[in-house]
Amino acid sequence: MKVLITGITGAHARMVAERLLGRGYEVIGIDRRTWANPPEGIRVYKADVRKRPAADVFRSERPDVVIHMATITHFSGSREERLRINLQGTRIVFEHCHEHGVKHAIFVGRHTIYGAAPDAPLYRTEDEPPLAVSTFPELADLVAADLHAATALWRWPKLKTAVLRLVYTLGPLRRGTLANFLGGPRVPRILGFDPLFQMMHDEDAADALIACIESRINGVFNVAGPPPVPLSVLCRGTHRKTLELPEAIFPYISGRFGLPHLPPGAVAHIKYPIVVDATAFQAATGFKHRFDGHSVMTAFREA
Amino acid sequence: MSKKVISRDVAERLSRLNLPFDAYGMDPYGISRAHLGLFFTFLEVFYKHYFRVRCFGIENVPRTGRAMLVSNHSGGIPTDGGMLLASLFFEGEQPRLAHGMVEKFAQTWPFVSHWFSRVGQLPGLPEHAIRLLQDDRILMVFPEGARGTGKLYKDRYQLVRFGSGFMRIALQTKSPIIPTAFIGGEEALPSIYHAKTLAKLVGAPYWPVPPYLVPMPLPLPCEVHYGEPLYFEGTGNEADHVIEGYVEQVKLAISRQIKYGCALHGQRRAGLSYEKLGERP
Repeated sequence: MKVLITGITGAHARMVAERLLGRGYEVIGIDRRTWANPPEGIRVYKADVRKRPAADVFRSERPDVVIHMATITHFSGSREERLRINLQGTRIVFEHCHEHGVKHAIFVGRHTIYGAAPDAPLYRTEDEPPLAVSTFPELADLVAADLHAATALWRWPKLKTAVLRLVYTLGPLRRGTLANFLGGPRVPRILGFDPLFQMMHDEDAADALIACIESRINGVFNVAGPPPVPLSVLCRGTHRKTLELPEAIFPYISGRFGLPHLPPGAVAHIKYPIVVDATAFQAATGFKHRFDGHSVMTAFREA
Repeated sequence: MSKKVISRDVAERLSRLNLPFDAYGMDPYGISRAHLGLFFTFLEVFYKHYFRVRCFGIENVPRTGRAMLVSNHSGGIPTDGGMLLASLFFEGEQPRLAHGMVEKFAQTWPFVSHWFSRVGQLPGLPEHAIRLLQDDRILMVFPEGARGTGKLYKDRYQLVRFGSGFMRIALQTKSPIIPTAFIGGEEALPSIYHAKTLAKLVGAPYWPVPPYLVPMPLPLPCEVHYGEPLYFEGTGNEADHVIEGYVEQVKLAISRQIKYGCALHGQRRAGLSYEKLGERP
């Protein structure tokens, strides 16, 4: 079976590609960036998913499965760029999937689209609305991409579509939103708040995508690993120094004194929890995480 | 540090609490074993020494499995919630943690919201209630809501309007309802007035003002009464008039507990024996 991964040079995408290769899949990838020495058996096309060369890859390679991982966050792109890559890119990739006979399309999204709010339920199921569109405007493009990808479910019923909302990934790759947040000299916390954070090991996340391919699931699914832990425990477990600040002065301190720069909307994400219920995904695929919370934090710390 | 502060009784009961704590002492709802230890040690002082709470009918609370405690609400500040939590933890052979449904406005308060969530008191949302009951936990519900705690002293021990959402959830999750009465809260903090401006400032629905001005409960004796479980058949999708009929039955059962509890409370305050009160309702 031939699997095409968009954004294949990203750290998590590479891990997925290598694991798929190890399981006997034929793996190809598209990315604007280069992968200097990909493992033998993985072909990487240097192209922008929104441009004609990417369409040629779909046309000539005719993949069976597409994993769309070419999305970026506010840590790595401006608002305009995020909108172009995340929303327009997703739209075009799914149109290619429909036009070029792809059997299974997988959109790899984020659980943060549910947004953090004081009156939101602790466990979010897939039918919860994406509050982030108002609470965290910097995520609006990812919310739009997620919802647009899901329209393939009714627009093209023959194309099996899985929209996955993965919790934060953490581990030896030290990449991703949570790793960036924890990566600086100090981790900011809002005084008097200690929200639950839900994360899964990098390898578990890759295995979850493979489970998704092998189960040929169709629908919107939350994907999670071990139970959530409070931010204080997460910082202790990863040996990070924290700085607790009153919310009123946080905007003036953000980006200084060794703290990461966080947009105003992100404050809610370090005040209130975003935790998802992933039982539907587990039931549909049989996926079980291998790494508990302690192992995830240790892997990140020791990498 | 916290281990030194936690009382021996709390530590022993905490070790028997049936919650799935992980290696960090956390359960999937964000409940922390360490926080529970401090919380119940704090409540123990109020339960055993300050309010000298006496508990009746604890055998009506199941040792395992789901149940919904439905109680009157009173006392200006929700001390009754804390005392019900303490009674379920200290009185039964099997300690249990009840989950309260906290007013949403409290979630925005620093420290307060954090502590509520670490001790299993989640925001009052139907999603939380359903999930907790399906997980075979005990849910503590005050259908009077802020209308109940905001009662003035002149209206003490009179039940105000009950919401009906709890009944639909009980039917949907097939949970028994335990009619519960808390007696003494309204005398411990007799509200005679609501300071509306102050309430607005802190984002609370009311601010109770007792005759001695500071909204701090007095050290008066209190009692908790657990009635026999009520079982209702249904799906939770019944018509309003059916649900309201069931709610009235619960309200009546709580009223009986309150009536009996008030008589007993009077005997206790007068220093008399309880024996002459006859059968419990």
